[in-house]
Amino acid sequence: MTTSLLRQSERIVHTTCPYCGVGCQIDLHIANGIIYRVDGRFDNDVNHGNLCVKGRFGYDFVHAPDRLRTPLLKEKGDGARAERAFQPASWDEALNSVADQLRHLRDHYGPDSIAFLTSAKCTNEENYLMQKLARGVVGTNNVDHCARL
Amino acid sequence: MAGLATTVGSGAMTNSILDIPQADVLLVTGSNTTEAHPVLSLQMKRAVRQHGAKLILIDPRRIELADFAALHLRHKPGTDVAVFNAMAHVIIQEGLVNVPFVQARTEGYAAFAAAVAEWTPERAAAIAEVSAADIVQAARLYAQAQNAAIFWAMGITQHTTGTDNVKALSNLALLTGQIGRPGTGLNPLRGQNNVQGACDMGGLPNVFPGYQPVSSAEARQKFAAGWQTPLERLSPTPGLTVTEIMDGALSGRIKGIVIMGENPMLSDPNLHHVRQALEKVPFLAVIDIFLNETGQLADVVLPAASFAEKEGTFTSTERRVQLIRAALPLPGEAQPDWQILTSLANRLGAEWEYENPGEIFAEMAGLTGSYAGISHARLEREGGLQWPCPTLDHPGTPILHTEKFSRGLGLFCPVDYIPPVEETDDDYPFILSTGRILFHWHGGTMSRRSPGLEAIAPQAEVEINPADAARSGIADGQAVRVSSRRGEVIAAARITSRSPQGTIFMTFHFAEAAANLLTIGAVDPIAKIPEYKVCAVRLTPCQESV
Repeated sequence: MTTSLLRQSERIVHTTCPYCGVGCQIDLHIANGIIYRVDGRFDNDVNHGNLCVKGRFGYDFVHAPDRLRTPLLKEKGDGARAERAFQPASWDEALNSVADQLRHLRDHYGPDSIAFLTSAKCTNEENYLMQKLARGVVGTNNVDHCARL
Repeated sequence: MAGLATTVGSGAMTNSILDIPQADVLLVTGSNTTEAHPVLSLQMKRAVRQHGAKLILIDPRRIELADFAALHLRHKPGTDVAVFNAMAHVIIQEGLVNVPFVQARTEGYAAFAAAVAEWTPERAAAIAEVSAADIVQAARLYAQAQNAAIFWAMGITQHTTGTDNVKALSNLALLTGQIGRPGTGLNPLRGQNNVQGACDMGGLPNVFPGYQPVSSAEARQKFAAGWQTPLERLSPTPGLTVTEIMDGALSGRIKGIVIMGENPMLSDPNLHHVRQALEKVPFLAVIDIFLNETGQLADVVLPAASFAEKEGTFTSTERRVQLIRAALPLPGEAQPDWQILTSLANRLGAEWEYENPGEIFAEMAGLTGSYAGISHARLEREGGLQWPCPTLDHPGTPILHTEKFSRGLGLFCPVDYIPPVEETDDDYPFILSTGRILFHWHGGTMSRRSPGLEAIAPQAEVEINPADAARSGIADGQAVRVSSRRGEVIAAARITSRSPQGTIFMTFHFAEAAANLLTIGAVDPIAKIPEYKVCAVRLTPCQESV
């Protein structure tokens, strides 16, 4: 059974588990565009082939039907923002909208009127860019993440 | 991690997962390791079962590790400093101090010894509601071990006295020299896959990557040159923390927030307060893989890549930098976060030209001494590397502080016991403590989309001691309203002696019964970590089902 399943996998991708901070090394088995099996890897000093229940079975979120697929912009209107509906937008529209707003706030109220929350779920590279954006482009040290939370 | 930065100069796990079985004594406190860090806990179990290590557990709840413990102190939540100070008192009184280590590698001993002189085991026992004899035994076991390692997680840091708690643990290691060798050390277990990395990368209001202070003119010059940005743009003033950003949004000081890959609407304390802040802030942009509770409040939501659709690195709790690799195409028009940030920066006047995350890493490593010897190419060839790794031929550093501390000498920091901000009273007679269970993770965004995990743990539960349940007229499985001064939620009663009398436990995985509607916004004055582990609540049995 196991070997026949393994034969079906189109690709096996070595990566790092996205759950807790232990950093287990995993193999994602890909077939028909989905992760259909996950194994712990043995060639490391972290997990020695072991995985927990989330690390082995908790990957449905990657394929969830409600993954965001397009940028969204709130409809214009008078009501509270939380109540207004989203409309799909192009990347240009969405990014220009964010950039216009941030530029406006920076120019009128100063860089410290803007804050950035970066993420303990994102990569080092992304965290690095987020604080570089805050500090080096906008000019504020208002950047934090939920490590303290 | 401000506590460790003060005492030893580096706020990270000092040792490695691999050397846990070399400990003779493990002191685990404020970490439900088998549920929150399951694979690391296997090494603890191995140390106990296969190597005869003694486990000292200091935790109010009878968690699974209690089955492996030689000694379990079920102290009252929030009384950690009293227990640790009394252990130090015993170590000094009984002549168990590692005198050569204290003389050669520490400073501040005299003031510390004077401060804990009053902390007799009897005094701490009365405050913490444990036996004085157990405190004495814990102190002896820890101090007399050949190698003893301390592990903790959010049960230590999520208090208004979190920084003090860490300092009190650090004092024990300095007193006994249980640091700098395999099977020893001060080991904070980080809860999220890349908390360590987010801190290392300068995702904090006061430091650039590598903990280089924004207040340092030298650091600002270095980053201005490295980023080709005007020096005057780099502010010398530390910014606001998460909690202060929310307060700032309410006061009107903060007018725009950009949130990437976080859901403060579930993870922050006192959620009503967070909702008001995010509703009020004039502009809110969210970058995420789902339209979560936070995204619903935003003006703009940008679709990002999951870990399985992008390249990059995470840094684990043991300072190990490891690659992630793209296994799948991006859904729809979603983009990796690094591309989104690059596009945004360039619309704001920057000229970033990154072809791939490897180039971003190289730029960062050039500005960050502890990562200087690491590159994507090297990780591809050799596997994970532990920082500090200063040069390309450096093998990485499994154990910190072997010869000297990052700050030079280890610093004893006397700390006094301060009770939690909110104590129980007649209206709110129970202590609520929050945490994780094995089957779900954090706000549940990821784990709750797995039908298998949902089938095992489908609903929010509140753990109640049998005596408390009997007194409150609550049956197992019954719906219970849990109320604090800030809000209320309904969850199913789980009657279990895992919870001590007077303390109930909930997770924060379930949006429909969000424990953080109840928790208090009070924070540690230094680390600004909220007191998730102690607030006062009342229990009311409900007639309706959950």
